[in-house]
Amino acid sequence: MKPAPFEYRAPDSQEQALAFLQEFGGDSKLLAGGQSLVPAMNFRVVQPSALIDLNRVRDLDYIRADGQSTLRVGAMTRERQLEFDPLISSWSPLLAETMPHVAHPQIRNRGTLGGSLANADPAAELPVIMLALQARLKVRSASSERWLAAQDFFTGMFSTALAPDEMLVEIELPAIPAHTGWCFMEVAPRAGDYAMMGVAVLVSLDDRGNCGQARLVYLNAGDGPVEAARAAALLVGQALTEQAIEAAAEMAGATEITPYGNIHASPDYQRHLARVLTRRALYIAGGRASGEPR
Amino acid sequence: MTQSIPVNVTVNGKAYKREVEPRLLLSDFLRHELGLTGTHVGCEHGVCGACTILLDGESVRSCLMFAVQADGHALTTVEGLATPLSSPHREGDGGKEGGMHALQESFWETHGLQCGYCTPGILMSMIPFLEKNPRPTELEIRTALSGNLCRCTGYQHIVDAVLDAALKLAAPD
Repeated sequence: MKPAPFEYRAPDSQEQALAFLQEFGGDSKLLAGGQSLVPAMNFRVVQPSALIDLNRVRDLDYIRADGQSTLRVGAMTRERQLEFDPLISSWSPLLAETMPHVAHPQIRNRGTLGGSLANADPAAELPVIMLALQARLKVRSASSERWLAAQDFFTGMFSTALAPDEMLVEIELPAIPAHTGWCFMEVAPRAGDYAMMGVAVLVSLDDRGNCGQARLVYLNAGDGPVEAARAAALLVGQALTEQAIEAAAEMAGATEITPYGNIHASPDYQRHLARVLTRRALYIAGGRASGEPR
Repeated sequence: MTQSIPVNVTVNGKAYKREVEPRLLLSDFLRHELGLTGTHVGCEHGVCGACTILLDGESVRSCLMFAVQADGHALTTVEGLATPLSSPHREGDGGKEGGMHALQESFWETHGLQCGYCTPGILMSMIPFLEKNPRPTELEIRTALSGNLCRCTGYQHIVDAVLDAALKLAAPD
């Protein structure tokens, strides 16, 4: 199992990378961390005519604060950096909590945030987190630049809104606001394996301690990251009682996700996991929102 | 026409220069171009961990990188762990004079390998792990081992070896 031949380019700037992308067109691939692309090339499932290696583009690798409530993350930032970066853990604890679940340390040492998002695997954690956090994604081509909301970026199984000449360059992450709790949970056969089901939860409390806003997003629950908006809406205006949490978990698991099942889990079992994980994650997120010790 | 690209790498402290096709995997480069066959090749799709090496001190799958990407980087393979019999003691890396690395010794002493196929990858995963976590718990070790498959040992003796190595490295003799 060896990759088919390809032309190789290693640009050192975004401009050069975008110029190569325009030159080689739709048959070429951008190489980020390579932790999904290279296996696919080794199997020859993917045979790009050219690889444009982004690993020498320095200005795509950064994590920085912009003002008091926004983080800007370069698309080539390694997953391992996200895992240990102090800005991420204080401003985006949901992302920090998720990182140890993203494959194995050896994979996270190479894998990048932008690469995982552009790959758009429905079983991946990072697209789910982007939807939960309402991230915005900056996309460039040689001649244009635009911003996309996370929900508009993911268009289906391994599909994104990226045009063939476009490259994801930056991810804008709103910091988690006050009185907001978070939780990420998944169930995988072993640490680092693809999860059978996973959920990211955000819950904001209003002045009276009731749920003001909630967001529930699932992995491996359909063609992409799946948001359970109606289940989340059930919680709004309610105290996070056992009954309210139970109702939301039931609705999300029964009607809002469409898991396909795989060798490890039937669709029914995935729905069961979704209910259980939603319940547990809502309790934890609710506790964190009300300032209980983490 | 096939591209040929110069690659300059340092492997285990020694500089190498070769010209290779872009599609050559780093694992194959180490084995076939440099003759460093200690790095094993298992699944070639990033699952088994047998080909794990250090890239600038961090563990990576060498089957998921192209050799051309290693240009200008420093690599460490399993051959770089032991100290040659003739060379002096190396400070700070756990190497003992003229012999195996403390982690290798622990694998030997606690039966942390049977066929040995997975061992180079496991050693190269555990070296940076023990640097970051000098006093790991058994659960932390098991989690850190999750990216390496072993079909012989059932993992128990590997966990024992890593625990033993942590003690050795914390209190060198």
